[in-house]
Amino acid sequence: MDPGFLLVQSLSGLASASSLFVIASGLTLVFGVTRIVNFAHGSFYMLGAYIAVTVVPWLLELDRSPWLFFAGVLLSALAVGLLGVAMELLLLRRIYKVPELFQLLATFGVVLMVQDAVLWIWGPVDITGPRAPGLRHGVEILDQRFPAYELFLIFVGPAVLGLLWLLMHRTRFGILIRAATRDREMVGALGVNQALLFTATLFLGAFLAGLGGALQIPRVSASAQMDLSIITEVFVVTVIGGMGSVTGAFLAALLIGQLQAFGVLIFPKITLVLVFVLMAAVLVVKPWGLLGRPEPAAGRAALPEGILHPRRFGVVEGTIAMLAVATAFVLPLFADAYTLKVATEVLVLALAAFSLNFLVGNGGIVSFGHAAYFGLGAYAAGLLVTRLGVPMEPALVAAPLAGAFFAALFGFFVVRLSGIYLAMLTLAFAQIAYAVCFQWVEVTGGDNGVVGVWPSPWAASRQVYFYVVAVCAVAGIAAMRHVIYAPFGATLRAARDSEVRADAIGVDVRTHRWLGFTLAGAAAGLAGGLYAFSKGSMDPTLLGIPTSVDFLAMILLGGIQTVMGPVIGAAAFHSIKDVFMPLTDYWRFFLGASIIALVLIFPRGLGGAYGKLRGSRPVQHA
Amino acid sequence: MADAVLEVEDLKAGYGPAEVLFGVTLALRRGEVAALMGRNGAGKSTTLKAIMGLLPPRGGRVRFAGRDLTGLAPFRIARLGLGYVPEERRIFTDLTVYENLEVGRRAARQGQGAWTPDRLFEIFPNLAEMRGRRAAAMSGGEQQMLTIARTLMGNPEAVLLDEPSEGLAPVIVEQMAEAVLRMKQEGIAVLLSEQNLDFAAAVADRAYVIERGSIRYQGAMEALEADEQVREAWLTV
Ligand SMILES: Nc1ncnc2c1ncn2[C@@H]1O[C@H](COP(=O)(O)OP(=O)(O)OP(=O)(O)O)[C@@H](O)[C@H]1O
Ligand SMILES: [Mg+2]
Repeated sequence: MDPGFLLVQSLSGLASASSLFVIASGLTLVFGVTRIVNFAHGSFYMLGAYIAVTVVPWLLELDRSPWLFFAGVLLSALAVGLLGVAMELLLLRRIYKVPELFQLLATFGVVLMVQDAVLWIWGPVDITGPRAPGLRHGVEILDQRFPAYELFLIFVGPAVLGLLWLLMHRTRFGILIRAATRDREMVGALGVNQALLFTATLFLGAFLAGLGGALQIPRVSASAQMDLSIITEVFVVTVIGGMGSVTGAFLAALLIGQLQAFGVLIFPKITLVLVFVLMAAVLVVKPWGLLGRPEPAAGRAALPEGILHPRRFGVVEGTIAMLAVATAFVLPLFADAYTLKVATEVLVLALAAFSLNFLVGNGGIVSFGHAAYFGLGAYAAGLLVTRLGVPMEPALVAAPLAGAFFAALFGFFVVRLSGIYLAMLTLAFAQIAYAVCFQWVEVTGGDNGVVGVWPSPWAASRQVYFYVVAVCAVAGIAAMRHVIYAPFGATLRAARDSEVRADAIGVDVRTHRWLGFTLAGAAAGLAGGLYAFSKGSMDPTLLGIPTSVDFLAMILLGGIQTVMGPVIGAAAFHSIKDVFMPLTDYWRFFLGASIIALVLIFPRGLGGAYGKLRGSRPVQHA
Repeated sequence: MADAVLEVEDLKAGYGPAEVLFGVTLALRRGEVAALMGRNGAGKSTTLKAIMGLLPPRGGRVRFAGRDLTGLAPFRIARLGLGYVPEERRIFTDLTVYENLEVGRRAARQGQGAWTPDRLFEIFPNLAEMRGRRAAAMSGGEQQMLTIARTLMGNPEAVLLDEPSEGLAPVIVEQMAEAVLRMKQEGIAVLLSEQNLDFAAAVADRAYVIERGSIRYQGAMEALEADEQVREAWLTV
């Protein structure tokens, strides 16, 4: 191949690596000190871009000088830094000690709120930014033209790395940050006000994200999808580099930049997949990333969050459950079409949520990508029906098989990790699946998805299809519930509470967790298949992060320490969403606010509140 | 006690459902060294952590230099001039010796000279040679010295010292004893938790004996040394 072309390709890889690093360095710094993985970091990036496309043109009106351009970029980053301070003061400060699942969800609540705030302030149309005065030309490199601005970006990454190094090693603030990354309680005992340190760290982290966003405006227009697309890439960079390691993030960004630049030449369709495959490979060899270290345990809530001693139904609950099932089975006789549609969806989601809590509550496996198995089940069923003309019945058998197959494949890697790394890896795998469905247009229909996924004629009426769903969902939930009470479920709980101890008594923890992951994947796949037929279609959003977060919100609402809570949570969540979504254009804002409120004031969920009423104390340890 | 810098009254604390301290009362006089003696699990470390605010007290009062410490965050307590040296050392392994000292640095108290790394290197000569070294690459004894030096950088008026001699070679234990005596010379009051009677006898003026979360004995260090019955009852394993 032409060497000039290769060089230019490599340079553009360096430019994107640079941008990626600037953003990732902020995330990794914040994680190092606060131990919170901040989903809203992507929102800070997006806000940086939006503020810059507003402020920079306004400054360039005064004088088209490069200095004003960069002053505008810095101003935007500063403004975003202040937003980071606000987030620390109002939210993060209250959740430093809660389990990481709750932290991730709360920061995702901020993502949702910012999405709607951006929509409200800047509108739905993408905004193109001005180009940087003085850097608008192209540079000739071995007969190839390369944009001067990209060339400039290549130097930004190393410059930021150098400045951060100076900050971390030559200033008291930096030394305190590095100390707090290892042992924040001890830093406090030496007289350092941690609250101030954390606030300052958030400022720095958000500033870097905002800077990353503001620097992008000559390359990409500001759009409302920037946040989630960047956050997954940034997660990947920080996980590969090692959470908390700035230098690691730099190396990882370089790797990924080159991988993308050349990957696009070789496998144009699956660049996203390549990145995640790299991440999975690194995590298998180095579970804490290239330069990361095992997480110090201090400061995290020590009590296991989840199902402790599952009680079987008492008379009251038994009656309620029977009544609920009975109601479900007579519902089609009198319910109108709309109620029936919602009820069908609730049953499907209850099955999916139950399978997630089978992992989270019972197994301590906090999956942030459960939607993958739901979506893959839907695609398996839907593609069989539409592309191969297979009838509904075998397709509904294929759905759980697909879910189980991919859960077994991904789970093989996932169950080797724990805590935040496990959550990140599940998220990454879900994004691979999402990317494939999104990019492999010929088969999956890409963004538009596939339509025409209809049930067999005998099940075509809403009423009959409702019965199909009800039977499958109730059977699926009953089966998993049975497993929770069986020795297998108890073993998963023991492994969750102390992997070491469970290993010591001769239980093969990994295999148990792997089988559990596969089972949950099968149930989610079945739910996905049922969902596809109820909608008549499917599209990549079924596998997206928001869907995974919806499932998590459901089990959180229901109470992850209860067995049946997820069912209640799914019903409550879906009904509320269904009522509120049509009422306002800004339902995401309210959803985000509700998730945050849930984490702050109601961390035991509805089911947990009921358990408390009954006087069983869920956190009591025997 | 009239000249007490630290007064602990009926202090109660515990972890989760477990009660550990059942009303500990003790005092530390200005400029003295007092030893808090007791067997493994007696509650020595818990007492020091509760005084420092690292463990929320569940009852009782702690006064330091005329201020009530109850409910204050550890960093506020440290800023009032109470230093803390934890038993697990907890140095910042990623940082160099010099940087570890920097984390501990605070302004000197009124009318007092400030501790500087150079002054500390006089007391702990080993540290001087490795000031640029990452703390992870230090021996246990060196790390123990570094934790004490790091706390002194905060120019404390009194120091809580948790088992300074634990797990150290005899030579190092001797250096540790010298360091404690040097702190006393500088006018710093020291409350140290200790199981090693020889070490305590070498440095302490007075002793308290704690067993199952209550103080069982208090008196001059010599008196404790002489009193075989008390030692049998509360100290020997
Ligand atoms: N983090 C903790 N969680 C629960 N219980 C604890 C914890 N730390 C200490 N304990 C318990 O509190 C009691 C007192 O412990 P403490 O550490 O104060 O003893 P100690 O006198 O310092 O012993 P040692 O000489 O072994 O350091 C012990 O029974 C111990 O098991
Ligand atoms: Mg102790």
